[in-house]
Amino acid sequence: MALLEVRNLEVSFRTREGIIKPLRDVSFTLNQGERLGIIGESGAGKSILAFAILNLLSRPGYISGGQVLFDNQDLATLSEKRLRSIRGSRVAMIFQDPMTTLNPVMTIGQQMIESLRAHRKISRKDARVIAIQKLKQVQIPSPATRIDQYPHELSGGMRQRVTIAIALLLDPLLIIADEPTTALDVTIQAEIISLLLDLCVSNNVGLVLITHDLCVLSQMTRRMIVMYAGRIVEQGPTKEIINDAQHPYTQGLINALPQLSIPGTELKQIPGAVPGLQHVPSGCAFNPRCEFSMDICTRVEPGFTCSGGCSVACHMVEELVNSMGEDL
Amino acid sequence: MNNAELNPIKDRSMVESAVVGNKGVLRAQLIDGFKRDKFIIFCFSLLLVYLLASLFAPVIAPFNPYDLSQVDILDAELPPLWEEGGDPRFLLGTDAQGRDMFSTILYGTRISLLIGVGAVLLQTLLGVAIGLTAGYFGGKVDSLLMRIADIQLSFSTLMVAIIAAAVFRAAFGEELYGELAVVILILVIGTVEWPQFARTVRASVLAEKQKEYVEAARVMGFGSSRIMWRHILPNTLSPLLVIFTLQIANAIIAEASLSFLGLGMPVSEPSLGALISSGFEYIFSESWWIAVIPGVVLVLLILVINLLGDWLRDMLNPKFYRM
Repeated sequence: MALLEVRNLEVSFRTREGIIKPLRDVSFTLNQGERLGIIGESGAGKSILAFAILNLLSRPGYISGGQVLFDNQDLATLSEKRLRSIRGSRVAMIFQDPMTTLNPVMTIGQQMIESLRAHRKISRKDARVIAIQKLKQVQIPSPATRIDQYPHELSGGMRQRVTIAIALLLDPLLIIADEPTTALDVTIQAEIISLLLDLCVSNNVGLVLITHDLCVLSQMTRRMIVMYAGRIVEQGPTKEIINDAQHPYTQGLINALPQLSIPGTELKQIPGAVPGLQHVPSGCAFNPRCEFSMDICTRVEPGFTCSGGCSVACHMVEELVNSMGEDL
Repeated sequence: MNNAELNPIKDRSMVESAVVGNKGVLRAQLIDGFKRDKFIIFCFSLLLVYLLASLFAPVIAPFNPYDLSQVDILDAELPPLWEEGGDPRFLLGTDAQGRDMFSTILYGTRISLLIGVGAVLLQTLLGVAIGLTAGYFGGKVDSLLMRIADIQLSFSTLMVAIIAAAVFRAAFGEELYGELAVVILILVIGTVEWPQFARTVRASVLAEKQKEYVEAARVMGFGSSRIMWRHILPNTLSPLLVIFTLQIANAIIAEASLSFLGLGMPVSEPSLGALISSGFEYIFSESWWIAVIPGVVLVLLILVINLLGDWLRDMLNPKFYRM
């Protein structure tokens, strides 16, 4: 059964220049215990998607269409009171920068105990026991002393462990991780990834991993979504997409990875930049940067084509699949 | 002996500075700066003397200036002890009604400080609540509250206080006013100056609101009021502490001005301002001490509070703090 089902989600922002839509027609499902990666450049709408799932968009943003079905409840239309009981306890979130996600003037213990007591009727003492237990789960050494420390007394990696512990505190069904390793250095990144992976598997927690790091994504997820300018451009099994990307944008992303094994090779890049949301090109949003751009690309927004296990929004792929179908 | 043993103190202090909390760092920084600055130690001690003197005024004072049976009109206008004709019973002389100046000043300081602190506590309460709400919710709420603050600021404290006192006197009579003068002054000065706090808090909240811990708190499903009061407010305390100090000095001045104009504390229960006022008419008839001594006491009190406030501001501002 689907744990999270996002259907045709659309987010709008009311601005002076009119309404802009940083998220359009986003649909995907996530089963219980499944791990899904979302990748895209800065400005593709990944973080907005994360906040939209929790219905936590702050003004001037709002959900202007579609549904977010979590556990058969539509979070997009649920009352604020019901939403608050779901946030934190059923769906948790891990942020990018562990330096700023923890409140600097509260000890780790205070923050954890407060979260526990906000959702469950338990005594301070019991909450503390659970908090220590969770800190132990994320492999923080001597959790009983660490719990009384302030965030600035911990290293970056340690702090990210604490935020993971806080996310796991109420045994959620789903964790949304918004670039959880971007602010960490590579060795710590590896530790945090394997920890998060272990915890998700052992607790059977669903994970939506938002990142712009293909390597992290390929290690952690079975399925992935590629986003561009607020739309999904490719969706499918991670392995398949990484080995044989269909959409020119995904191909560009994969080719842009630096090759460590071949020194001296020039870094490849996708020419141009992500369009501003006021000036999303007509037709396929990627067409001005696409080397395969055709006439139709500038006029018609591509629909989804099934190609292998993936679904791709690209006219070229559509044509290719159609011609293959004719050949058969 | 190895190096680690040779240098135990240095090592320990490094460990300590790494272990104490955020509040601890701030505290250590304050204490450190405090110890280094002899002048601030002097100011702080003086303030402590003021506080203790006003707290224990009934114990220290040789006379009770409110008790008319202890006052003898024949003792009127006696000069301080060190002047010719001074009476050993009256250290700082007596006023025109024969009250002991030392006792009256002790009681007066007590009233001045009480009104100052009380009014500023009220300002803080109002200002913090309004500033926090305006900063956190933003938009129309913010515009509305801040325009109200602007309007409030355009009325001078003295003007509002004079009107309030006059209305109260007209409505309830002089006698009731005399009984409730302290409360009325606290209410008036407290309600007039809240925009100072509201603006400061709002500015800090706007900066704090951007930080991810606020977002994280919302994701945890916390309500707005909990996020405002428990998560954001403690992060805005340093600037609050500074204006808290400076506003106490302002409130004491406001009260003294009102009392000097005869609109504050009644003569039977004088604050420092009322004392200066009652002595003012004798200043040219050689009884200078009745006005000058309370004046010096008041000026010194304000000066000490302001100096401490300035020092706190420098200490809490990382740009000013030098190692």
